Amino acid sequence: MAIKKLLVANRGEIAVRIIRAAQALNIRTVQAHSMADADSLAVQMADEAVNIGPPHAAKSYLKVDAVLQAARDSGANAIHPGYGFLSENAAFAQAVEDAGLIFVGPTPDTISRLGDKAAARAAAEDAGVPTVPGSVGVLETIDDAREAAERIGYPVMIKASAGGGGRGIKIADTADELAKLVSQARSEAQSAFGDGSLYMEKLVRNARHIEVQVLGDGTDAVHCFERECSMQRRRQKVWEEAPSAALDDAKRQAICKSAVDLARSVGYRGAGTLEYLFDDASGKFYFIEMNTRIQVEHPVSEMITGIDLVQEMIRIAGGEKLRMKQDEIAINGHAIECRINAEDPSNNFMPGPGTIERLVVPTADHVRFDTLLYEGYTIPPFYDSLLGKLIVHGPDRATAIKRMAEALDGLKIDGLKTTIPLHQALAQSSDVMKNAIHTQYLEPWLEANPIPS
Amino acid sequence: MAEQIVSPLPGTFYRKPSPDEPNFKDEGDAVAVGDVIGLVEVMKTFNEVKADKAGTIASFLADNEEAVMAGQPLLDLS
Repeated sequence: MAIKKLLVANRGEIAVRIIRAAQALNIRTVQAHSMADADSLAVQMADEAVNIGPPHAAKSYLKVDAVLQAARDSGANAIHPGYGFLSENAAFAQAVEDAGLIFVGPTPDTISRLGDKAAARAAAEDAGVPTVPGSVGVLETIDDAREAAERIGYPVMIKASAGGGGRGIKIADTADELAKLVSQARSEAQSAFGDGSLYMEKLVRNARHIEVQVLGDGTDAVHCFERECSMQRRRQKVWEEAPSAALDDAKRQAICKSAVDLARSVGYRGAGTLEYLFDDASGKFYFIEMNTRIQVEHPVSEMITGIDLVQEMIRIAGGEKLRMKQDEIAINGHAIECRINAEDPSNNFMPGPGTIERLVVPTADHVRFDTLLYEGYTIPPFYDSLLGKLIVHGPDRATAIKRMAEALDGLKIDGLKTTIPLHQALAQSSDVMKNAIHTQYLEPWLEANPIPS
Repeated sequence: MAEQIVSPLPGTFYRKPSPDEPNFKDEGDAVAVGDVIGLVEVMKTFNEVKADKAGTIASFLADNEEAVMAGQPLLDLS
């Protein structure tokens, strides 16, 4: 193993997770931490710790120079970026390489190519991976729009080229609506953004979010099957499963193969995730984007395949080839993860830090809790609200849901409000049992089924 | 003893609504009860800090983007 000492350039539960993986590989660890994280579990577990700056992430976890200096000072020869922060920052990956250190992740070129929406879409198309059908370039006239809509198929979204974040989007179900909405959208875009240019994309109503986990060594790539993360609130994943109960074997093979095709075609190195929209009605899937890092919900894939993804990405970064062939990776049973956040589900998910007065974690073999918590720990207010991820495994989905309900009842986190009551309600819901959900499901459900305080 | 306005929450204190905008309030400005004097970001959620007393701002005790604790004075009123 070329990696002797690994600097963890992240915090929270993923820092703990990376340290555990490194320890299993007999690699020494250095935790880079902000002033607010000096008493964190990751700092206590790592062999060494280096203070890289003030609490505010922009002055510590996002500071490339401070992170590189911590690596130099501690003699680490590799850096694991975790998720968020600098994990998908190509300039950071380049700076790590320029400093003569190993970046646990893809090459800077891969990060910047797949991080650019248009370039990622082009790479997918080159690899034969289906993308959301759309117009080619800007719609100049109403006839352009009609022609594009006929080709793509209704319903379609008319989007302002200069818009973003959901602004300036109109939905047309018919050609008549389209004619009206195009001129309206054009004048609105002109006045809102100073640019009236429009483009079009197919609208997939009630789509599911399905994503495929891949591992690559720069030459070869394999998949570790898919996860379904359709249960979302404000585009944040809440409850994740592997495999997806919405796919039959043929669909599963097709979507997973497409992910490997794309990973191979770009010479992908490390752990990565390709995100897709899946349309139950047509059975079609569409690539949206690729995340070039480990993801929060990776444990459900680990639970069904028996592969330790964080250890594998460290081994690959250390120069090893993939240690498993595709036909050696199989699905065993079903796994579910619930994100436990420091938020009050009875009060519009208001986040609130606090001190952990009591922590009881269920001990059954099929339960795993990836967390940053310990009794007496005070959650700092400066970062996100994720406290931990409760993960269960079962021989089938129904058993896994039952085990999740039991594990949620057994998990006690006293001292602050958490999202455990939301997950308890979901675990009892018949729609969850039937997997009759999609990415727009949870918010209206919460309106109709408020979580009592 | 001068009156103070304190942070109701622990988090990151901001004196302006966004990086490109002017401060909510500056030293010498009058403050009425209910006026927004800044934001405190807690776990990526922004909460307005409203004045619970009226007066004139003598000085700010916390800088923009400074980490503050609940109950920490943010400004002195004269």
